[in-house]
Amino acid sequence: MSAVVASHQSGPLRGLSNLLYRRSTLYLLLLLTPPLLWFGVVYVGSLFALLWQSFYTFDDFTMAVSTDLTLANYAALFNPANYDIILRTLTMAVAVSLASAVLAFPIAYYMARFASPREKAFFYIAVMLPMWASYIVKAYAWTVILAKGGMFYWLIQQLHLEGLLGSVLTIPGVGGNTLSTSHLGRFLVFTYIWLPFMILPIQASLERLPPSLLQASADLGARPRQTFAQVILPLAFPGVVAGSIFTFSLTLGDFIIPQLVGPSGLFIGTMVYVQQGSVGNIPLAAAFTLVPIVLIAIYLSIAKRLGAFDAL
Amino acid sequence: MHSEQASWGLRLAAWGGLVFLHFPILVILLYAFNTEESAYSFPLRGFTLEWFAVVAGREDVLQAIILSVKVACLATALAMVLGTLAAAALYRRDFFGKESITLMLILPIALPGIITGIALLSAFKSLGIEPGIFTIVVGHATFCVVIVYNNVIARFRRTSHSLIEASMDLGADGWQTFRYIILPNIATALLAGGMLAFALSFDEIIVTTFTAGHEQTLPLWLLSQLSRPRDVPVTNVVALLVMLATMLPILGAYYLTRGTETVAGGGK
Repeated sequence: MSAVVASHQSGPLRGLSNLLYRRSTLYLLLLLTPPLLWFGVVYVGSLFALLWQSFYTFDDFTMAVSTDLTLANYAALFNPANYDIILRTLTMAVAVSLASAVLAFPIAYYMARFASPREKAFFYIAVMLPMWASYIVKAYAWTVILAKGGMFYWLIQQLHLEGLLGSVLTIPGVGGNTLSTSHLGRFLVFTYIWLPFMILPIQASLERLPPSLLQASADLGARPRQTFAQVILPLAFPGVVAGSIFTFSLTLGDFIIPQLVGPSGLFIGTMVYVQQGSVGNIPLAAAFTLVPIVLIAIYLSIAKRLGAFDAL
Repeated sequence: MHSEQASWGLRLAAWGGLVFLHFPILVILLYAFNTEESAYSFPLRGFTLEWFAVVAGREDVLQAIILSVKVACLATALAMVLGTLAAAALYRRDFFGKESITLMLILPIALPGIITGIALLSAFKSLGIEPGIFTIVVGHATFCVVIVYNNVIARFRRTSHSLIEASMDLGADGWQTFRYIILPNIATALLAGGMLAFALSFDEIIVTTFTAGHEQTLPLWLLSQLSRPRDVPVTNVVALLVMLATMLPILGAYYLTRGTETVAGGGK
């Protein structure tokens, strides 16, 4: 081995590695150039190009885009019809985040506080697998489950709850013609698909909770319920907010689920897709993409104040 | 924290949540063997393996599988190179602009995929690049880099830098140090990152919708089936295959990165 090393002692590789070791800035530049080129040119370049195009003019009559700069696309966002789309998407994102938090908390709490190490590992895989499992297949599975005559309707029939389902589906803003074309169905699918993204951050924040705090709370005479409400929940809250960053932004940008499940009526994502694809109005589509970016930026700044970044 | 028992309500809620998470996956498994040809009706009448044979003979499905595998392999390879380079550059030193570079790396998965997709599409269009396998790979590699980067940088941080210094002191050159010290230390993390990237790319649909042009990856094939429901049994089988193709690498990656505290030099 020493002979091998000695033979390299004065070779070109040795000289180069010595040079790079001494000139660490040069070394750093060499390492960073390929990823920086890729992200700087390909990705950020495209983003800026898109932003720039949002100021172009689209002619409704000729259906052509001209390079005259205008703010009309941003003004158009505040048309009642477009504003409705934004509001509808935003409401769904908030509702999905709340529901995910409620569903995720018991799972995360059980994982962090009561599960044995073996059980915890099992839970971890069991949450991670559906999180990463194919998005489109999960969405497809729900169209199968919710389809008329499918599994869900069969279950409702067995339980004789047709009347209840029928009356729920007539509630405006919640219901729809059938379950798979209702707001409720869409909400269910969204909540299902993003739920694991909520469980893991909450679990991580509960994991960091020192057990001595809970003992102190009990020693000072708090009942379990009080300890939960006044010690555990406030300290786990940053984890909930951290999880909601995912559920919120993923719902805002999605355009597949709104197409597959739920009533007609566009989402931000579907609007972008339709405008760039079938209409060819790239400027308006570009202006629309700025909406989730701005909303997410606002949300992130709120989340940061609530301490969510320390919980990630 | 195991001094007390979980209440029955909590136990039920936690396990109920897990069942909810796995239920749709089981439904796909079940329907792939459904004898019925046209409907989603439940309960199922019988089970058969015949649709797997039908899928194996479907030219369009095979084309989509081949394209998806090609794209995922290329995107993973690119992501492994770029992600490792970025991790090696960023794990130890502080320098001006480091924060912005980190932000830039996570941006493609932090922003909704539709933004990445439409931005890349309009850039390709204005550069006159025809959509095809190249544009799909570019899109996928962009968001796969961060997955590899995260895995590799975590391992770099746990590997003691003095190992690298010792290697250089003992007379190894840069290549030897990389080959005998750095690579064995990061190998499993790199492989895990690669597997996750493969799964992510294989399953990606939103960015692909924009950058694919007339090409059809497997998820795009599935999506097109959803908008015009025919060939239901074939769709069910393909859905099961896609599910397996994304879940198995995830499991592999989990086992590869488990117990990484014992990496050499990690105790320092």
